[in-house]
Amino acid sequence: MEWEVVIGLEIHAQLATKSKIFSGASTAYGAQPNTQACAVDLGLPGVLPVLNQEAVRMAVKFGLAIEAEITHYSVFARKNYFYPDLPKGYQISQFELPIVGPGHIDIDVDGNTKRIGVTRAHLEEDAGKSLHADFQGLTGIDLNRAGTPLLEIVSEPDMRSAKEAVAYMRKLHELVRYLEICDGNMQEGSFRCDANVSVRPKGQQEFGTRTELKNINSFRFVERAINHEVERQIDVIENGGTIIQETRLYDADADETRSMRTKEEANDYRYFPDPDLLPIYIEDSLKAQLKSELPELPAAKKERFMSQFGLDQETAGILTSTRELAQFFELTVEASDNVVKLAANWISGDLIGALNKQSLEITESPIDPVRLGGLIKRISDNTISGKIAKQVFEAMWHGQDSADDIIEAQGLKQITDTGAIEAIIDTIIANNPKQVEQYLGGKEKVFGFFVGQVMKETQGKASPAEVNKMLKQKLKK
Amino acid sequence: MHNKTLIELAAGLRSRSYSSVELTQHFLSRIQQHQDLNAFITVSEDIALQQAEQADKKLANDDGGLLTGIPLAQKDIFCTDGVKTTCGSKMLDNFIAPYNATVVEKFNDAGAVMLGKLNMDEFAMGSSNETSFYGASKNPWNSDTVPGGSSGGSAAAIAARLTPAATGTDTGGSIRQPAALCGITGLKPTYGRVSRYGMIAYASSLDQGGPMARSAADAAQLLQVMAGFDTKDSTSVDHPVPDYSADLNQPLQGLKIGLPEQFFSDDLDQAIASVIQAVIDEYTKSGAQIKSVSMPHLDYAIPAYYVIASAECSSNLSRYDGVRFGYRCQNPQDLEDMYTRSRGEAFGAEVKRRILMGTYALSAGYYDAYYLKAQKVRRLISNDFKQALSEVDVLMGPVSPTTAFKLGEKTGDPIQMYLSDIYTIAINLAGLPAMSIPAGFVNEMPVGLQIIGNYFEEAKLLQTAHQYQMVTDWHQRTPHGFE
Amino acid sequence: MSLTADDVKKIAHLARLGIDQQNIDNYTQDLSRMLDLMTQMNDLNTDDVAPMAHPLDQQQRLRPDEVTESDQREKFQRIAPQVENGLYLVPKVID
Repeated sequence: MEWEVVIGLEIHAQLATKSKIFSGASTAYGAQPNTQACAVDLGLPGVLPVLNQEAVRMAVKFGLAIEAEITHYSVFARKNYFYPDLPKGYQISQFELPIVGPGHIDIDVDGNTKRIGVTRAHLEEDAGKSLHADFQGLTGIDLNRAGTPLLEIVSEPDMRSAKEAVAYMRKLHELVRYLEICDGNMQEGSFRCDANVSVRPKGQQEFGTRTELKNINSFRFVERAINHEVERQIDVIENGGTIIQETRLYDADADETRSMRTKEEANDYRYFPDPDLLPIYIEDSLKAQLKSELPELPAAKKERFMSQFGLDQETAGILTSTRELAQFFELTVEASDNVVKLAANWISGDLIGALNKQSLEITESPIDPVRLGGLIKRISDNTISGKIAKQVFEAMWHGQDSADDIIEAQGLKQITDTGAIEAIIDTIIANNPKQVEQYLGGKEKVFGFFVGQVMKETQGKASPAEVNKMLKQKLKK
Repeated sequence: MHNKTLIELAAGLRSRSYSSVELTQHFLSRIQQHQDLNAFITVSEDIALQQAEQADKKLANDDGGLLTGIPLAQKDIFCTDGVKTTCGSKMLDNFIAPYNATVVEKFNDAGAVMLGKLNMDEFAMGSSNETSFYGASKNPWNSDTVPGGSSGGSAAAIAARLTPAATGTDTGGSIRQPAALCGITGLKPTYGRVSRYGMIAYASSLDQGGPMARSAADAAQLLQVMAGFDTKDSTSVDHPVPDYSADLNQPLQGLKIGLPEQFFSDDLDQAIASVIQAVIDEYTKSGAQIKSVSMPHLDYAIPAYYVIASAECSSNLSRYDGVRFGYRCQNPQDLEDMYTRSRGEAFGAEVKRRILMGTYALSAGYYDAYYLKAQKVRRLISNDFKQALSEVDVLMGPVSPTTAFKLGEKTGDPIQMYLSDIYTIAINLAGLPAMSIPAGFVNEMPVGLQIIGNYFEEAKLLQTAHQYQMVTDWHQRTPHGFE
Repeated sequence: MSLTADDVKKIAHLARLGIDQQNIDNYTQDLSRMLDLMTQMNDLNTDDVAPMAHPLDQQQRLRPDEVTESDQREKFQRIAPQVENGLYLVPKVID
């Protein structure tokens, strides 16, 4: 039996506003419990919600970026249920008229582009947090997070593999950060993913019963959780069972999904328009203004990097993975007087490697584009070799000096003087007759020995190109 | 002192005939004297005297406005910082509000003195004050009868001269009906005119806070302070606040009065009909034109109202869960037990009925048939009013189908109780402003006249009422024993 | 339009309202009668009528994105049934 997997993702992105969606309390992460929960967030008797302008703008920007319809008239609805981290006993969300209508995200998997539909995106408020640690059989509730704005982004069930799901999630993650509407910090919970997974025999039109996977907070877990769930479902069906529509939690330690007991009973949320809020009207003028404020989006930037800088798809993809990195690259290219290839290599290789080692973001790079550009210029104009450049890079990382200053101070200028190099080569050839014999006898590898000796003699400063050229010449006899 | 109007009291304070402290003490002792009326849930003596002292300082410097130093009372639905705010319920019996409602802030800024918090039906659900956890307030005209509801305590306290004026709230008639039953003046403003921030919600799209006093002129003074745009309330309207007292004395030139046919059907009690007719005749005498208007959908106001109000309240009252404030049951076994027992033990029967009703109306499969249907009927009723008010200046009619009924008379039958809102309820669905003013007596019990105006025409309503009060004295009558 | 006691129990659970067994029948009766009242609306044809959620024909006002609230935890928690280390305590939530 050939099976087809059907996946839809629901992503909750916490919008990076300063204050909550319906109150003026701060949304800053990491505060002491309940110090950022004002009267409105606590759902005290008599309080009322007032909508944050920035949350609306961010939602519209997102809609424009995925080429979605922006609903002219949208409504907030109450989703009613009881839970201690939900102070009012209802969540203010959107139901029938969400602010963003159907749009799409294009993903690249194994060299192919696929369009994934986005059904809708809507605004809602986040709930607080439950802490189940030791409180003698009690749970502690922190409502700091209650009221933080969320954009819930719902995809069509268009994905057919865990890989596609991860690609979609990554694309979305990149996009919201590009738009500066969400910091995408999954450890802090600002970007959360639920996956709806089902299987069906290949060729069948009807969808199979789906389960919802929750609590997936990394790209790696998404892939594993989905794959595990797919296996489980196929297993159940092949053994004659049926899939129960339920919510399952992913347990990263055990690498398995478990049924969430309490969600067995279907929740009747009794949605109705929130009478404390009025409908939001999005004028065309606002849409036009926000459209003009959109940054160059990742897809377009990647295309441009490929055409303008002649980069291959993979490198362009790496360099445009964040707005900051792309900007860093372009500034470096400028600072290096357009030595594109080297800039691309050094950034995507050495710089990112060094940053990752110390868990630093590109914005925290100890070497700025101007200094890096300076280094690249010197490689390009042959002042130093690539190998020596690594030494200079190291020194730049730990200090503030420019490449030029370091090269000067450490006397690292490449020796290109052919006369000097020739003299050294001659000496080495004269002093190592055995190796000469071996080389002439056919041992190609011995060439490396000579190169090594010249480099040792010149403390690595001889131009490798020159050395190679000359050695070949001299050893031809 | 307790028979003086607000304007007279203000003048008395300014001329130093008495101080605010003396005035306050006078009312506090009257409240104490008439505790059996059960009009107050909390008497805030210390705060009142402090505020009175502050006011006296201001008055000494010729500072402040008309309400500076004037004692008032708040319906116990408005949150008052540091003062118990119960909403007439066991659920909030231990709730010391940690902030002030906008309306309360405004009165504080105006220098008014708060005597205390007034009795009311539990969570504003009721028409007799009998659902209050603290027991019903009594009607000062006859202590065997109800003062009306849900602002029963407010109406009773004013009629008994325990306070010169008070705030009330009106969702289906809760200012107008008690005003009528207690022979005082009450006004429900246009929806959005008065901020709902800090006014504990019953039905969000219907609730509105308003003034209750012994005359339209006094009510105008209170409304002047209460009205206004509030950024904390999304349903608050940014509409200019006129001087509500400016045109009170202007004679009504050719006022066009509409009488809804449906209000004057054969179902209307004859005696009450006569009283209302006499008032209308009085207006005719001063040049008003009377016209009958048809409002064909008015009969459906009660079902539409109860679906909408109960749906909204079922959601608004979900926050009372014993987690962050209010009543929590003893020794909860688990979370479910805590929720069900806290809410089960602390909500009264009427509140429970409406929560159940509302939950049902919103539940899967019933939303279209009940809630959505009710919202459509609401539009039809609103249109009826818009149509009528395009032909006339104001509408008039009865407020209550009966005078104050006996305590316990309708508590056995919720439907009977709901039907006492028959004349007031439609107005809340449309969001229009309306008043109740004393119109006479039937069997020595007060009868009220309802005046309904167009959106934001409170000034016209007050003027219309005041003109009548200038040539009659129903509003000056005092119940026996409270002179 | 009649509700059964079972219906009422289900609704009461949705609303987390504890109702004593002995009162279920009373509530069932009252609610059934209330529903009868509500169904009177079916006499009206509302096919082409737009629902009216608000008396006002207005749009939602937007608030600037500014932090205007300060930490009032102490004040707010003074009235809480049970708190510890700044957290509200409730019987353990089973996931």
